[in-house]
Order: sequence, then C-alpha cells, then structure tokens
Amino acid sequence: MSVIPTKRPEKAPLVPDLAEPLPWLYKDDGLISWIGSTDHKQIGIMYMLTTLVFFLIGGLEALVMRLQLGAPDNHVVSPQAYDQLFTMHGTTMIFLVIMPMLIGFALYFVPLMIGANDIAYPRFNALGYWVFLFGGLLLYASFIGGGAPDAGWFAYAPLSSDFKFTSNLGMDYWGVGLLTTGVGTLGAAVNVLVTILTMRAPGMTMRRVPLFVWMTFINSILLLVAIPALNATIAMVLFDRLLHAHFFDAAAGGQPLLYQHAFWSFGHPEVYIMIFPAWGMISEIIPVFTRRPIFGYAAIAGASVAIVFLSAVVWGHHMFTAGMGHPLDVVFTISSMLIAIPTGIKVFNWTATTWGGTIQFTTPMLFVLAFLVQFTIGGVTGVMFAAFPVDWQMEDSYFVVAHFHYVLFGGTAFGLWAGTYYWFPKITGKMLSETIGKWHFWLAVVGFNLTFMVQHILGFLGMARRIETYPDLPYWHLLNLVSTVGSFVLAIAVLVFVWNIWVSLRHGEPAGNNPWHAWTLEWATTSPPGVHNFEQVPPIRGRRPLWDLSHPDNQDWQHGEGGKGI
Amino acid sequence: MLTHSVFNPVSPQALAISNLFIFIMIVSLVIVLIIVGVLAYTCTHFRYHPGQADPPQTFGLTKLEITWTVIPFVLLVIVFAATMKTVSISAPPDDNALAGRTPDMTIVAHQWWWEVRYASGVVTANEIHIPIGKRMLVALQSADVIHSLWVPQINGKTDSVPGQTNMVYMEADRAGSYESACVEYCGDGHSRMRALVIAQPLAQYQAWERQQLATPPAPTGLAAEGAKLYQQFGCQSCHAASIGPDLTHFGSRGTLAAATLTNTPAHLDEWLHDPQAVKPGANMPNFHLSTKETRMLAAYLESLK
Repeated sequence: MSVIPTKRPEKAPLVPDLAEPLPWLYKDDGLISWIGSTDHKQIGIMYMLTTLVFFLIGGLEALVMRLQLGAPDNHVVSPQAYDQLFTMHGTTMIFLVIMPMLIGFALYFVPLMIGANDIAYPRFNALGYWVFLFGGLLLYASFIGGGAPDAGWFAYAPLSSDFKFTSNLGMDYWGVGLLTTGVGTLGAAVNVLVTILTMRAPGMTMRRVPLFVWMTFINSILLLVAIPALNATIAMVLFDRLLHAHFFDAAAGGQPLLYQHAFWSFGHPEVYIMIFPAWGMISEIIPVFTRRPIFGYAAIAGASVAIVFLSAVVWGHHMFTAGMGHPLDVVFTISSMLIAIPTGIKVFNWTATTWGGTIQFTTPMLFVLAFLVQFTIGGVTGVMFAAFPVDWQMEDSYFVVAHFHYVLFGGTAFGLWAGTYYWFPKITGKMLSETIGKWHFWLAVVGFNLTFMVQHILGFLGMARRIETYPDLPYWHLLNLVSTVGSFVLAIAVLVFVWNIWVSLRHGEPAGNNPWHAWTLEWATTSPPGVHNFEQVPPIRGRRPLWDLSHPDNQDWQHGEGGKGI
Repeated sequence: MLTHSVFNPVSPQALAISNLFIFIMIVSLVIVLIIVGVLAYTCTHFRYHPGQADPPQTFGLTKLEITWTVIPFVLLVIVFAATMKTVSISAPPDDNALAGRTPDMTIVAHQWWWEVRYASGVVTANEIHIPIGKRMLVALQSADVIHSLWVPQINGKTDSVPGQTNMVYMEADRAGSYESACVEYCGDGHSRMRALVIAQPLAQYQAWERQQLATPPAPTGLAAEGAKLYQQFGCQSCHAASIGPDLTHFGSRGTLAAATLTNTPAHLDEWLHDPQAVKPGANMPNFHLSTKETRMLAAYLESLK
C-alpha cells in the first residue's frame, strides 16, 4: 500500500515554476510572437481584442435592426436580412463576445490573483483560443457561404432543423461554428479550473482567494455542465438537417419540445455563465474604491454555489407557454423564484460594502454603481417571469428584450467596462483617461436606459420580439423611435470607449504597480507583469495580502480568518 | 397609453394576470427603490475627501445576512401564493376539466396565417369571432413550425406546437376588436402574421355564424368573370385545402394578409398583383395577372359575403 502524503512538503517553492520559459510577446517581435504565444496574459489579451472586434460587429448588427424598427412599415432591410441580423446579433454577443471576453479576463487575472506564474496547461490554452477564433470565423463565413443563419440564436426546431423551413446553409454554419467555439470554451474552462485547484501560492487557501477567482471557478464548473448539453442539441439539429434523422420532426414521431428542453438545459446555466465573472469584477472593484473589505465574502461565495445548483433546474421557465403541463410549470416557478434569493444576497452585500466607506468616484466605480441599479432592475423583471401567468403575458414580447438587456448589457457589459477601466493599467502599464472615461460612462448610461427602458412599455403594449416591421398602433412608433435614438447614443459611447483605449495606449499616464492602492496579488507585480508573473509573492495570511503588507499593525488575519464576521 | 395593453384586460383570465403583474411590480419597485435609496445615501454621505484616512475595516454582519435572506424568502412565498391563485383563474384547462368536452374551435397555425375552424362547421382565417361572456375552449395546433398566439387584452400566449394540441380559454366581457399576433419567431413572415379577435354580443355572433354557414350569393357581372378566373387558375387547390386561407366568405372579413391590411379592393388588387411584395416569403405564387384580371378576381372575392 502506497503512502499518501497528507502534508505539503516542508519547503514548497514560493511560486510554482515552469521548467522552461514559454514564448512571450515582449521577448519576440512580430506576428509570430502572437501566433506562437502560450503566455496566459498574452492569450488573455488576444481573447479580449478578438471579442472587442466581435462586439463592434454585433453592435453594428443591432444598429441596423434599430434603424429598421425606427418607423412602422420601414424598409431599411428585407425580412430575410433582418432575420439573419437578429440571429447573428444574439449568437455573436453570447458566444463570441460575452462568454469569451469573460474567459479572457479569467485567463489573464486568475494566475496573477492566486500568485501563480502561469496557467496549468499553457499550450492547451493557446489551442483553445485558436479553436475559438476559428469557430467564430466559420460562423461569419456563412455570410459569403450562402447566407447567415436565420432561425434565431435559440434556433427552435423544427424551424432550424428542417431544410423545408431554413433552406440556406446558414444553420449548418451555425451548428458547426458553435460546436467549434464550444471546444475552445471547454478547454479554457478546464484550464482555469485546474489552475485554481492546483496552482495557488502557499497560503492562498480557497477561503482566501479573491471573489473574482471564486466566480471564475464556479463559472468554469457551470461551463463544463452546460456546454455539452448545447453540443448534444446542436448535434441533433445537424443530424436532422444533414442525415435526415427525425429527432424534432413531429410527423415522423419526433418531438419539437425535446429541442427546447435540451437547449434550455444549456441555455439557462448559460445566463449565469454570462454574469458570474462580471459579479466577480464588481466584488473586486467595490472594496478598492470604498476602501473597505467586501461585505460578506463567504455569503457572496456561498450564494454563488447555491446559484450553480439552482441554475441547473430552472430551464423550464423558458417554456411556460409551450404546454408542458401544470405540475412542471409549478416546479420551475418554485426553482426560478428560489434563485432570486442568492442573487439578491449578492446585490445586498455589494450595496452594504459602500456603507460607511469612503467612496471614490473613479470611472470603474461609476460603472459599478450603474451596474448595481441596472442589474437590480433586470433582476426584478426576471422574477416577474418566474410567476408563470405573468410569463404567459410577457414572454416573447419586447418586455423580455428589455429584461435581458438590463441583465446582460446593463449588468455584464457595464461590469466588463468597470473591469476594463480597473485592470487596463495592469495589462498595459498605462492609465485609461478618466476624462474620456466619464464621457463614456454618461453617454453609456443615457444611451442604454433610453434604448431599453421604453422597451418594457412596448412589451406591455403587445409588441412581439423578432419582428422586422409593425403596424402603426398607438405609441408604437414614438417608443420605437426613442429606442432607436438611444441605441445611437449608446453606439457613440462605445466609440468613445474605443477612442479612449487608442489614446491611452499612446499617451496614457504611466500606471505604476498599484495605481488604485488595491489589495489583491495582481497589484504586487509590475504593470504589465513580466513573463514570469512574480519575482516574489508577498506572504499570504489573509484575503488582502497587500493590505497586510502596508498595515503591519492591523493585518486582517489578526482578526481571524478574513477578519470578523462572515 | 395603456388602452391596448395587458393592463386593460377584457377577460377574467387577463384581469387576474394583470392584477398579479401589478402586485409583483409594486413589490419589485420597492426593492429597486431600497437599493437606489441606499446607494444614493452612501454616495452622498460617504464620499471620499482628499487626504481622508481609510474607514474602519468591517467584514460583514451575520445578522444582516440572515435578514436579507429571510425577508426576500417571505416575499417570494407571498408572490408564489398570489401566483397560484392567479393560475386557478387564468390557467388553460387541465385534463379533468376537458373530460367529455370538445373544443369550441381549433386554431391551426400556418406559415404565416391562422386557420380557424369552429365546432359549428364555420371555417375562417385570421379573424377570430367570439360571443361576449362565453368562455370558448380553443385547441391550438400547428401545421409546420412552432407559432404562438397572443391576444394581450384577452389572455396570455400559448404556443402552437407541431404534433401537440394545447388548450386555452378565450373569453371577453366587452365587445371590441382586439389586436393579436404570432409571438414565436416562425420564419420570414413572422412580423406579418397577425390576427384579430372580434368579440360580439351573442345575437350578432349568431348572425355572423349563420352567414358563414350559408352559401354566398351567386356572383354577377364582373364578379362572375372573376369566378371563372378563380376556377381557371386553380385557386381552390390551395384555398380549399388549408394550404392557404379558406375564401368562402372572404368578403365578410375586415382584413387580409393575416390581418395586416384592411380588406379594400385596392389592397386586394395590390396583393393579387404580387403577393411577395406585400408579404415577403408568402406561399402564394405570383400569377402575373393583368390589371383587368385582378379587378375581376377582386370583384369576385369581395362579393363572397
């Protein structure tokens, strides 16, 4: 019988180290240093830049749609083109923007935050990125390969699965493209998970890792659960389309609702996949700009674990109108209402963190404050859909469009902007301009709320989603016009953001190691960090190693694990 | 502003949902206002002033965590109870309620129109007549992909799923013509797949029903010429076979093209000339009719009262 070591070796290396240095941006020059790179920071940057480009494309698609909807009976684009636009807008924003952008941040910052010098599988990480990029390009190749997909990002069967109804090749590109990006995403999830589990610096226990790491950890688990369900669903659609299987063909004994069950058992965890890392960013940024530790660290982490379990059993609330039967409706109502509780706990804790602090209104903090309000609005409208009679009224109306944009744009995108302003100095060594940043912020807040607030009312008035034209019913024109104007204000905000990155990269103020006086490990190294992230990791005896370092008389660990309270 | 909205219900079902919705919205508004209020307070009272020292470092408070777990839980239990009460009023019928009862009408969704077949034998399209005060049992089916019928003032939406029959009640207390549309994306014609629910007093409804069951008057003059063309082009091979809307009493309808255009000779003329231009993706082919032919056909169709 072999002896299982129960203790760490006496002299563990301070930082887990690599046997040989891997290729890296600042060592080699030119394109080859990007293509050949296996540095987690550089690949993180590549994810972020790629997703920024896809974000601009997806945004452009949205603007064309808003132009078309600016007036009743409008003819900016044909119905066929409009169907392709909303399909590609949704697919792009979900699979090629939000998910991979959060992955990019995770790949860059998780090793830095846990005091590791690299990610667990650097070469596998590079492969994941290139597979993801290839999948995205494959999806967009559909535009020149016979027409973009046009069955919606949710691609309900039998519309999506039968050539009778979707006769161009778009849906095939959609299936193969998403299967491909899914492989990359799964790779990244495995990598982050293993890194967090095995490469934490000595002293960095799971009760001490920053909340961003916690959220990323949970997110990776959720990805591993959800993406295979999507892949199975897509495989069935492709079987139906290409091999004449009959999974979803009712006339041949198939079952259209099987698609919805399979798809949403991926799709609802996906909703949380798209918000978890943003929650992590919020949890990092609020303490720094209120100069207080996060309120209720364990409550926030614990609530996230609860959400992981609950998110796997709420998918049916997307199907309340499909005729599942009352017993199932009631079950999914209960689970969907329950998931509001841990989500609420998070919002309350973030809000409580601002209480009694000294709040600095930097650009990241402004985005966080807008996040808190907008995400709460998107959250409470979500609970309305859990009450299934309300769902019967509001499902598939513009009220839904407003609801999930409040979560995914007002929430995730604002969280990502906060994160970008917060960590840009670490990534580049330059500060983003605060002046341009404030222009960006106010334009984004005004544009976003103008675009989506009125869409709640359009839902009340009976406007269905995914329509390219509408009759001139009372107030429909006015409200749609307001929304269209808002979308262009939002577009200007995005351009200001891109301009800020461009200008600040060239002329930004040097950041120094720790411009925000933050307390987590990524700020203990240089900006940008060298190929080896750390020369030396400070001692980790609590959740805020850099606070402990600068306050030798008042270190967190002196008050017990994580200080007093939870 | 909200006269045509879900907050101006005309049926007991929609009224119950509207009340539930308003109740949940008030609860939600209170929660949002609490968050906004607290943030407004902290942002004004806990601003950083240059040179200020770090505030006291506190890490959480277990009592508060319990408080804001329990209060939302209690609120949600109340919301759940209210939901179940609404369900008992506005839910589609369950199997027990249906035992031995045939639906008053079957609505079959097609790409991109609604076929409406009454138990009385009336067959029509896109305009759903109901007598006020009577709870109509409606069976929803689909001939191709998934559609969903929504009449905001009358009831929540229910999907038409291929291979499946979903039951729903349709009822109105007030006479009127209620806007409706397909709300499940169903292809290129989705935006132009609308419907009207026309609620009438019982006597009017019965008169309508009698008219729909009677044989329309024999066409004369220009209309008679149109009737010949109708035969000649084989229109009935689709329009009498549920591939296109039944036209037996077309002239009695107020709208055409799935309730997207008013039923006037001019609109009909436009439609007959080039259906694809009026409704992209429509299944009806362009017969390349001359203006004279479309006029004859329009005269015939409008005579079908």
